[in-house]
Amino acid sequence: MTPIVIAFYLFAVSTITGGLMTVVSRNPVHSVLWLILSFLSSAGLFVLLGAEFVAMLLIIVYVGAVAVLFLFVVMMLDVDFAELKAEMTRYMPLALLIGVVILMQFALAFGAWDYSDGAADRIASPAGEIHNTKALGLLIYDKYIMLFQLSGLILLVAMIGAIVLTLRHRTDIKRQDIVGQMMRDPAKQMELKDVKPGQGL
Amino acid sequence: MDELLREYLPIIIFLGLAIGIGLVLILAAAIIAVSNPDPEKVSAYECGFNAFDDARMKFDVRFYLVAILFIIFDLEIAFLFPWAVAFADISMIGFWSMIVFLGVLTIGFAYEWKKGALEWV
Amino acid sequence: MVEFFTTTNLGIVLLIIGQCLLVLVPLLVALAFLMYADRKVWAAVQMRRGPNVVGPFGLLQSFADFLKYIVKEIVVPAGADKFVFFLAPMITFVMAVIAWVVIPWNDGWVIADLNVAILYVMAVSSLEVYGVIMGGWASNSKYPFLGSLRSAAQMISYEVSLGLIIIGIIISTGSLNFGDIVAAQDGSFGIFSWYWLPHFPMMFLFFISALAETNRPPFDLPEAESELVAGYQVEYSSTPFLLFMIGELMAVVLMCALVSLLFLGGWLSPIPGLPDGILWLIGKMLFAFFIFAMIKAITPRYRYDQLMRLGWKVFLPMSLFWVVLVSFLAKFELFGGAYARWAVGG
Repeated sequence: MTPIVIAFYLFAVSTITGGLMTVVSRNPVHSVLWLILSFLSSAGLFVLLGAEFVAMLLIIVYVGAVAVLFLFVVMMLDVDFAELKAEMTRYMPLALLIGVVILMQFALAFGAWDYSDGAADRIASPAGEIHNTKALGLLIYDKYIMLFQLSGLILLVAMIGAIVLTLRHRTDIKRQDIVGQMMRDPAKQMELKDVKPGQGL
Repeated sequence: MDELLREYLPIIIFLGLAIGIGLVLILAAAIIAVSNPDPEKVSAYECGFNAFDDARMKFDVRFYLVAILFIIFDLEIAFLFPWAVAFADISMIGFWSMIVFLGVLTIGFAYEWKKGALEWV
Repeated sequence: MVEFFTTTNLGIVLLIIGQCLLVLVPLLVALAFLMYADRKVWAAVQMRRGPNVVGPFGLLQSFADFLKYIVKEIVVPAGADKFVFFLAPMITFVMAVIAWVVIPWNDGWVIADLNVAILYVMAVSSLEVYGVIMGGWASNSKYPFLGSLRSAAQMISYEVSLGLIIIGIIISTGSLNFGDIVAAQDGSFGIFSWYWLPHFPMMFLFFISALAETNRPPFDLPEAESELVAGYQVEYSSTPFLLFMIGELMAVVLMCALVSLLFLGGWLSPIPGLPDGILWLIGKMLFAFFIFAMIKAITPRYRYDQLMRLGWKVFLPMSLFWVVLVSFLAKFELFGGAYARWAVGG
């Protein structure tokens, strides 16, 4: 076994363990931590494929952003997780069914799938003069422009959706108007009056 | 030795060393220092009172909104990276398609601003 | 002998371990003195003496502190999640340390010469937020919990503008490798060829975002002692607390290194003709750290809503605008190609 193969099995096992523990773990925060382990190991798998850019993005976007959101959610929602676990048994048959379907698909992929002749060469990392980040850059903005623009629109929808769903604008509080503060003219804001003693204003 | 492995092996080794140093430090204190807990010492620190309830409470939905907005902008940056790296060789179409993409997201940003999603209170 | 270290597997591993120690040990020792320098600068601004008892001029103060941490009791609060409680300082420490593996010290002096070095640093520093969140959550105490929430939102808010500023640099360079970025700043004008001049406003934005990202004053809201006592670190003592401290300071020094490499020409000499070298890089990092220390000493703390406003309403639009501006300047090679250096460097 070469070191790469050993590394592959290590990452593969920890990805699957992480995924499994995410489901089994009793504490939801622990679940998210296991999920993070799973993400990190998949990033390792991407590195082994030579897809460094995708690996780093997986860490930046999934671990650095999505999992933070998950953590916020499980910490914020005061859900009774014991009750939730009890409900798990109700959906167990459906989950098992989905599992069986996926297993069958894997079996099909392993057993009956034929790879084209060139496929094995393409799996190898695109070593050579052009680095895969750059190769990606030359493709997605030009050749796949439709998909790229659509993803931009999806992000826009996500942004608007998040605001519509979560934003409750409070009206019962005072807000600071920083620009207004900075634009104030001291000369106009106060007036000096010479008050004679004993007379008042 | 494989070139890929040569590039990433130092990271693994460095990670191992860092974890080692951290563990040694924690274990050193655990072994050397006294350990003499009593109920007052290990109770949560809170203004001299005993804690009224569990500390892991509900909090403002605004943190959630910030996290979502962060994901969206993080993805935007993720799209920018290959574009910036390939910038010298990218075609005019590729250049303008990114400008349009940024324009679309700027519309979203303006919407956020207008709706007051960026105001903390 | 040389052959053993470059061809056999065991030799290569030993070589890498040697390189790692060569970076790690001086870094940790330097950190002890930087901690001292930080306190001395702070004291000098307030016309105090600062640490001056242990060793000559108090130089050994950090080492005395270190020994003190080791002999202190580790107090684990009741109701704490023990595993996560100890994992949090480890994450802060480890993530701050392993980013250094891709930082070059001189032309070619780098342990792991990744093609995606900047992305790696961003990935690692985006993980640093977990140390804070987990530390606050595991303590099961209110101050830490509030501090960690604040800190997490603050760190992710400023990460956006840090990322966008880095994009501007990458557009100019066309590479994610630190060596290429520094090489692209090499020019016949010495100090005026570096990126601080063409990317002038962004250097300040980067520096201020770095302050917020590393929870340094004036953005040290997670540990604002007047409101939250010490934020997520309240329940920590002994070496776990030390790990938090080292991790935070290490992240600060990392930001100094990033500013030096991205904007101040890394190991290039400011005057054309003088030899380049590691001393220039260290000098620039020390200068950046001095500014960090001065800012800590002379600025009052921000309020949380002001902090979020600054991040989302000022820095984000500015850096986004800058990315578009730089892309136009680079595409049409305006200003004599000052923004299009890929031909020179990468």
